[in-house]
Amino acid sequence: MTSLKHHPLDQLLAFYRLMVTIREFELRAAGERKAGLVPGFLHACVGQEATAVGACAALNAEDVITSTHRGHGHLIAKGGDPRFMMAELAGKTSGYCGGKGGSLHLADFDLGVLGANGIVAGGIPMAVGAGLAFQMRREPRVALAFFGDGAVNEGAFHEAANLAGLWKLPVIFFCENNLYGEGTPQHKQAPIRDLSLRAAGYGFPGVIVDGNDVVAVYEITLDAVERARKGDGPTFIEAKTYRQRGHYEGDPMIYRTEEEMAYWRARDPILGFRKRLEEEMEVEPAALDAVDAEVKALLDEAVQFAIHSPAPRPEAALEGVYADDHGGRVF
Amino acid sequence: MKREITFAQAINEAMAEEMRRDPSVFLMGEDVGVFGGVFGVSEGLLAEFGEERVRDTPISEAAIVGAGLGAALVGMRPIVEIMFADFVTVAMDQVVNQVAKARYMSGGKARVPLTIRIANGAPGAAAAQHSQSPEAWFMNVPGLKIAIPSTPADAKGLLKTAIRGDDPVLFFEHKMLYSRAGSAPEGEYLIPFGRAAVRREGEDATIIAIGGPVNAALSAAEQLARQSVSVEVIDPRTLVPLDLDALIASVRKTGRAVIVHEAHRRAGPGAEIAALLAEKAIDYLEAPILRVAAANVPIPYNPDLERFVLPTAEDIVEAVMKLIRYEI
Ligand SMILES: Cc1ncc(C[n+]2csc(CCOP(=O)(O)OP(=O)(O)O)c2C)c(N)n1
Ligand SMILES: [Mg+2]
Repeated sequence: MTSLKHHPLDQLLAFYRLMVTIREFELRAAGERKAGLVPGFLHACVGQEATAVGACAALNAEDVITSTHRGHGHLIAKGGDPRFMMAELAGKTSGYCGGKGGSLHLADFDLGVLGANGIVAGGIPMAVGAGLAFQMRREPRVALAFFGDGAVNEGAFHEAANLAGLWKLPVIFFCENNLYGEGTPQHKQAPIRDLSLRAAGYGFPGVIVDGNDVVAVYEITLDAVERARKGDGPTFIEAKTYRQRGHYEGDPMIYRTEEEMAYWRARDPILGFRKRLEEEMEVEPAALDAVDAEVKALLDEAVQFAIHSPAPRPEAALEGVYADDHGGRVF
Repeated sequence: MKREITFAQAINEAMAEEMRRDPSVFLMGEDVGVFGGVFGVSEGLLAEFGEERVRDTPISEAAIVGAGLGAALVGMRPIVEIMFADFVTVAMDQVVNQVAKARYMSGGKARVPLTIRIANGAPGAAAAQHSQSPEAWFMNVPGLKIAIPSTPADAKGLLKTAIRGDDPVLFFEHKMLYSRAGSAPEGEYLIPFGRAAVRREGEDATIIAIGGPVNAALSAAEQLARQSVSVEVIDPRTLVPLDLDALIASVRKTGRAVIVHEAHRRAGPGAEIAALLAEKAIDYLEAPILRVAAANVPIPYNPDLERFVLPTAEDIVEAVMKLIRYEI
């Protein structure tokens, strides 16, 4: 286990705040889906907050990420505003995509979030392309692709990884191995347990990290970022973690046992980190409770913002397909 | 003997019956086994047929379709499932360059008894990558057959025909139909490809409705009947082959045609059908052929926007009334 003492307390507290924000966002979004504010699919990342926060903390504001169907955490960790996220989930004009995208298509190009994705592995080649652009323009920026353990079995992953390895692109392949793809366990989807082994075939390093240890994730991603910025090419990071909620909200979860879930809840990334902050850094529980309370207030505000934002005019559905519609000749 | 079953049950029964009958039939796809399919369509099949014949696959659509083709070429009769039609794009080379062309390129030697089951259509607030109806893309690919049932009875009979046939079939199942119940015959039956079904007889206009929207067409016909407009609703059931004779016969009787589908309007199935009617039945028409289809925009997330984009019963009523009022 990594030592917390090597890191400024401010930064550790920022990690804590972000992880709690992600958790609270997911729980509130799930609640609002039940309550009817959120109409569409939701894939919560509860239990995986440390991967998003640790990885994005190692990036600069100019660096970019591509995300997945389980992407709320990635966006928050990259600086996303929970108000605009909740409004998007509610399909409102004030949402990140004006209500046209929903959870699966959240994006904020100003923050370098090139998009969540409805297609498994769909974002990985995009990250490689961003890395290519940075390399061609001699910009010291990196692209990080988040994806799940299920995604490494799509051709898009293999083709993208090979290209990035071949051209030594500043790309980080960040695999959140949460042991399942929908209802099928990882061990029934690939003949290997350590997916980082795949990196060898593309000529770059593959490393494994405890995905529930935010500091460990941060440190290992920093190394990969440094490598990428130096021009040494990609790294595959496999973060071992666990999705605590269903694949989607409403998932009957017939495919896993209560014991297994309890085992992982006992390794909760937020509770574990909180305990270490108290024990190793002597942070007062009251100080952390105060963070929790501030985050709750922030999410209250986000939900209220979503509720009170206007709905788009139905005709807005017809707008925004092209940058140039040739004076109405596209119909 | 008739009884009520859901569309999902009908597909389940068709697969189970064909698997019992022929050991070369097997099912593979993402979460089709333990999970029973994300829409519950293959529930119970793993228990009856075991892991060898009901195979959970990795998330690898190109390999799923391509492996289905390979197995078919050496004598199996695979059924492969694409969970959402949107994901078939990941397997596009296999479908278009390999599956569709294997027979022709081999001078007619290859046999491709492969059924590709694909869930299409907008299930509500699923947005642009989980809502598409891409049937027409494949109408433009010679070598593929395309079934698109709208009732449980048809789903069962057509799927059994697809599985027994020696040509590759794309079998589209609209997600909003899965839980709909309808009467279906007890016991063994097959429904041939290329035979349209007249869902409702009428005199004043023909609605040619495809897949999920057949139900909207029927409710439009009901509303129009209250305004004393008598509408015939025809469901082609398969797009390739297409029962053009049945469509022409109906248009000959009514003189007016509206084509309804959830695929986008531009170059959707309606474009081909309208062209065929224009070529073969223009003399019978008293008004232009109209299409009621999804607007030419990606399917938006917000449910009000989505409703605005998708074809509704009201849109169909409006189109029919436009034709009724039409004067040359
Ligand atoms: C190309 C494609 N195939 C299938 C799906 C359906 N699907 C959505 S998420 C998912 C599981 C993904 O598993 P993993 O990559 O491990 O991510 P996790 O859900 O565990 O975060 C599947 C099969 C999809 N969205 N896109
Ligand atoms: Mg996973």
